Amino acid sequence: MAQRVLDILQERLPHALLEAGSYVGDEMALIDRDHLLEVLTLLRDDPELDFAMLTDLTVVDWLGQSPRFEVVYQLYSLRHKHRVRLKVGVGEEEPECWVPTATSLWHSAAWAEREAWDLYGVRFRGHPDLRRILMYEEFVGHPLRKDYPQNARQPLIRRPDAPSTDDQTTRLLANSHDRRVE
Amino acid sequence: MSHDNPTFVPTMLQDAVNWAQKYSLFTYPFATACCAMEFMSTMGPRYDIARFGAEFPRFSPRQADLLIVIGTITERQAPVLRRIYDQMPDPKWVMAFGVCASTGGFYQNYTVTPGADQVIPVDVYVPGCPPRPEQVLDGLMALQRRIQEHRGHSQAELGNTASIGYRDRRHLPVLPDGTSMTLGADERMPKDGRVR
Repeated sequence: MAQRVLDILQERLPHALLEAGSYVGDEMALIDRDHLLEVLTLLRDDPELDFAMLTDLTVVDWLGQSPRFEVVYQLYSLRHKHRVRLKVGVGEEEPECWVPTATSLWHSAAWAEREAWDLYGVRFRGHPDLRRILMYEEFVGHPLRKDYPQNARQPLIRRPDAPSTDDQTTRLLANSHDRRVE
Repeated sequence: MSHDNPTFVPTMLQDAVNWAQKYSLFTYPFATACCAMEFMSTMGPRYDIARFGAEFPRFSPRQADLLIVIGTITERQAPVLRRIYDQMPDPKWVMAFGVCASTGGFYQNYTVTPGADQVIPVDVYVPGCPPRPEQVLDGLMALQRRIQEHRGHSQAELGNTASIGYRDRRHLPVLPDGTSMTLGADERMPKDGRVR
């Protein structure tokens, strides 16, 4: 049903579309990051597409692959009742670990992008208020990255005489690839 | 039993005070997760926690002497729990309700505190995910025995709670690092004054 969406994308913005496909009824398109905002604007504003709703924005961490991260946009059209899933590859290295923000198109992107930044460390360039949303400000690293140490704990508070747990946090954090958040 | 002046009269008075306190616990339910449903069931007429004199939940820690930690405590929430405990008047007791409050439960990850006892002293642990109301009542009776025997954490700190003037906590033991069981004034609240 949403194959028509992919056809229109292929027709209008062939340079932005790296790959398109369909799996068990879900249409998916891999988008070039440099043309992401063009694609999103077309999807939202074209009356035939009319994706008025950004259902969700998430990140997948493909540790060991390049590019390492995949930012995933789930879009839904309230009028046409069709959906499409967009993916954008994002590299791991620090100056490249970003995507343009979608907050200018959908307000719901603001918190979703904050969550994605908080848990995966993908920056959203142009976001008006890119702070942590779930974790506390003192937290170091991005916990849903696959190389975040599984047993690491970063307590805000402990009793001075608290029963000590197996506290490997310092060592694990030192050995991980996490960077301190600015 | 620990007393400052273990003479006959204070001992009997202490027993009487403990007996009175164990049958009139004013609970503060710190309910954060699904265990709260079982707590409601325990409070209700079918299981009837009123039989044990603990039927009246106070929704202010300043009017409660039993803190029931019901549900998962996250690292972000731990300072809030500590502040609530600090606000309760002495003597006070804590029950960890369910495995999340006791040990962190099946959450072994970056966000969950492995047990409320990492933050506040816990007197009674009630296991279960969630615990049956019968287990909660069993835990409450265990707590009552503990109160009568003067073995609660705050009772051990305070010493003779039947004596006049014990509330100034003059007899609090000082821990090896120089702090008391209750955190120092600058540690009670985050530095910027906000609850995170």
